[in-house]
Amino acid sequence: MKKLLLAASITAMMAIPAQAADYVIDTQGAHAFVQFKISHLGYSWLHGRFNTFAGDFSYDADKLTDAKIKLTIDTTSIDSNHAERDKHLRSADFLNVSKHPKANFVSTKIVPKTGNEFDLYGILTLNGVTKEVVIAAEKLGEGNDPWGGYRAGFAGTTTLTLKDFAINTDLGPASTTVQLDLVVEGIRK
Amino acid sequence: MLKNNSSQYGLVSVLMHWLMALAIFALFAVGFWMVDLNYYSEWYRTAPYWHKSVGILLAAALLLRLIWRRISPPPLPLATHHSWEKKLARVVQFCLYLGLIILFISGYLISTEDGRAISVFDWFDVPSAGALFANQADIAGVIHQYTAYSLITLAVLHGLAALKHHVIDKDHTLKRMFGHKP
Repeated sequence: MKKLLLAASITAMMAIPAQAADYVIDTQGAHAFVQFKISHLGYSWLHGRFNTFAGDFSYDADKLTDAKIKLTIDTTSIDSNHAERDKHLRSADFLNVSKHPKANFVSTKIVPKTGNEFDLYGILTLNGVTKEVVIAAEKLGEGNDPWGGYRAGFAGTTTLTLKDFAINTDLGPASTTVQLDLVVEGIRK
Repeated sequence: MLKNNSSQYGLVSVLMHWLMALAIFALFAVGFWMVDLNYYSEWYRTAPYWHKSVGILLAAALLLRLIWRRISPPPLPLATHHSWEKKLARVVQFCLYLGLIILFISGYLISTEDGRAISVFDWFDVPSAGALFANQADIAGVIHQYTAYSLITLAVLHGLAALKHHVIDKDHTLKRMFGHKP
């Protein structure tokens, strides 16, 4: 009886899915990037980034659909390498950072595609507007790092329509959307 | 003729006063207007460029004006002015100078946080001192905005006070600013 109970409990324990590993996004070592690009007049790209953000994710290669991520971006840290433009981007004409100093992304579901690619659905709050977005994401790799840790890296891209997030400043017909590019490297906790 | 004496403004002071007044009101108007320009406006780039260029030149003019004040002090107030009028006029004039200095410094700090110099009509560059404190452009921007509103309010009051002397008191205060002898 005791043996049976033991066997049952061992079976039960094995039946519990392997706990997805938790990762913290490596902002400390700056191995993660929140970048954007927007067309300038339809002739070129303007690149910028958010310097300050934080987040974590849980991920298990065998259980991709269980993966979760949340990310908080400090919108005051916007940096397009031009002080006057950054001041303008922080103003009410764009991100209104004094009113909305944070942007958040919380994943809701994952739809695997081919290979390492998947669609990451989530709720993005930006400029005070909350909206579902889909990030076309890809696992780049995972494994031991040279310093005793374990890392996993992902990249993702989504295109936001400025008006959807109450950014109504007219930058011209070629510049109504902005592409957000995320590179996220996590260190397993 | 060029210099002030105890009762009359010389040509240098008269010209500096009125040219700077013109520049100050023009800078305010352009500044007020340019911050809301559409991205596709043909002035989107030129208006700030002119605003900054004229602003830097005005700063240089103020420096010369303050030096000139030392070399050639302004005439004495009119004897008919009340002592409170003299005191108030002095306070207002001091605040106008102070406001301009704050505007020059804050304006400079907005544009130079990222290390970029300010080009004055492509004639010369005022180099950047870099980022001196956190959120420099934003903080300096707010200071610049409110100082500009305060300064222009004060400048209008200063003008109205001169008109009051001209129209109500019928004294020489305003005429004197055009170089007239009392």
